[in-house]
Amino acid sequence: MEERRFALKRIVPITFAYLFVGIAFGVMMSEAGYSPIWSLFAGIFIYAGSMQIVMVPLLVAGAPLYIIGIMTFLINARHLFYGIGFVEKFRKMGKKYPYMVLTLTDEVYSILCLNDYPDDVNEQKTDFYIALFCHLLWIFSCILGALIGEFIPFDMKGIEFSATAFFLVVCVNQWETYKTKIPAITGLMCAVVFLIILGPEKFLLPALSVSLFILILLKNKINLFIQKEGA
Amino acid sequence: MDFLYTFFAIIIVATVTGLIRSAPFLVFGGKKELPNYVQYLGYALPPAIMVILVVYCLRNIEISAFPFGLAEIISVVLIIIIQTTKKNTFLSILIGTTIYMVLIRTVFPV
Repeated sequence: MEERRFALKRIVPITFAYLFVGIAFGVMMSEAGYSPIWSLFAGIFIYAGSMQIVMVPLLVAGAPLYIIGIMTFLINARHLFYGIGFVEKFRKMGKKYPYMVLTLTDEVYSILCLNDYPDDVNEQKTDFYIALFCHLLWIFSCILGALIGEFIPFDMKGIEFSATAFFLVVCVNQWETYKTKIPAITGLMCAVVFLIILGPEKFLLPALSVSLFILILLKNKINLFIQKEGA
Repeated sequence: MDFLYTFFAIIIVATVTGLIRSAPFLVFGGKKELPNYVQYLGYALPPAIMVILVVYCLRNIEISAFPFGLAEIISVVLIIIIQTTKKNTFLSILIGTTIYMVLIRTVFPV
């Protein structure tokens, strides 16, 4: 199969989530009185769904720029962890390397985590098309929301759950392909424990950091499984 | 609205986001041979991150009061069952999301 077609097939599961969140952002921007050009600009250069949504009320309120910077860090800090697994792969991609790094969103990350490719496609080319098509879809969604969002007659509430559903499907696939269940269980335990202790707004970074730490501690144990898997 | 303020606000959000995404590559990308533990984490970390991401998406459900997060819980269980038995990503997401959208409109209105 050709890379482009395979990449398109891969992004189908996240299409609705991107459309929904992008349109929601565009509508908010328009309602706040911003020209669609701003939505386009944000979609191209920010390309981070929840942060773009959070940004709108900050813009409207005229929040100080340093506050906006700190908010961005707090909301997107989870992305600090995404690149670790892709350093090896992306840095071999030449001119496309920076683009791959800057477009590594939650959704792109989870699609690349599926990590199975038919024999007849080039992995790197496919990954690039996945990143590119996701980005274009996102830009399209933002501008669509800004232009005609308020005229969309359907009640789309709940469609954003399709992103959660996709992340969950990736979890199930990993659960089945990984011989060791330690990483998944570590993540789940950390997430649940910190969610209970710290609450929904603060649990994410501790959960990610402690998981990272535990997995480093368990390196020798997990490496035994890697050898068995030949990964 | 102030043109320059809006422009710089967007540039700042974009720059901070870009720096966060680049951080692991800036730290490790320049090395000839990747440290052993980075290669290891490339294998071991993704399942932990994905599970945490799912919990993050579900973080705002309230399990101590109606509707007890039941719409989410039912959909999640359904997706796990369909994906383990049918192994069809599209089907799992389609059914899971549809059931969720129906539940929050009928049985467990929010």
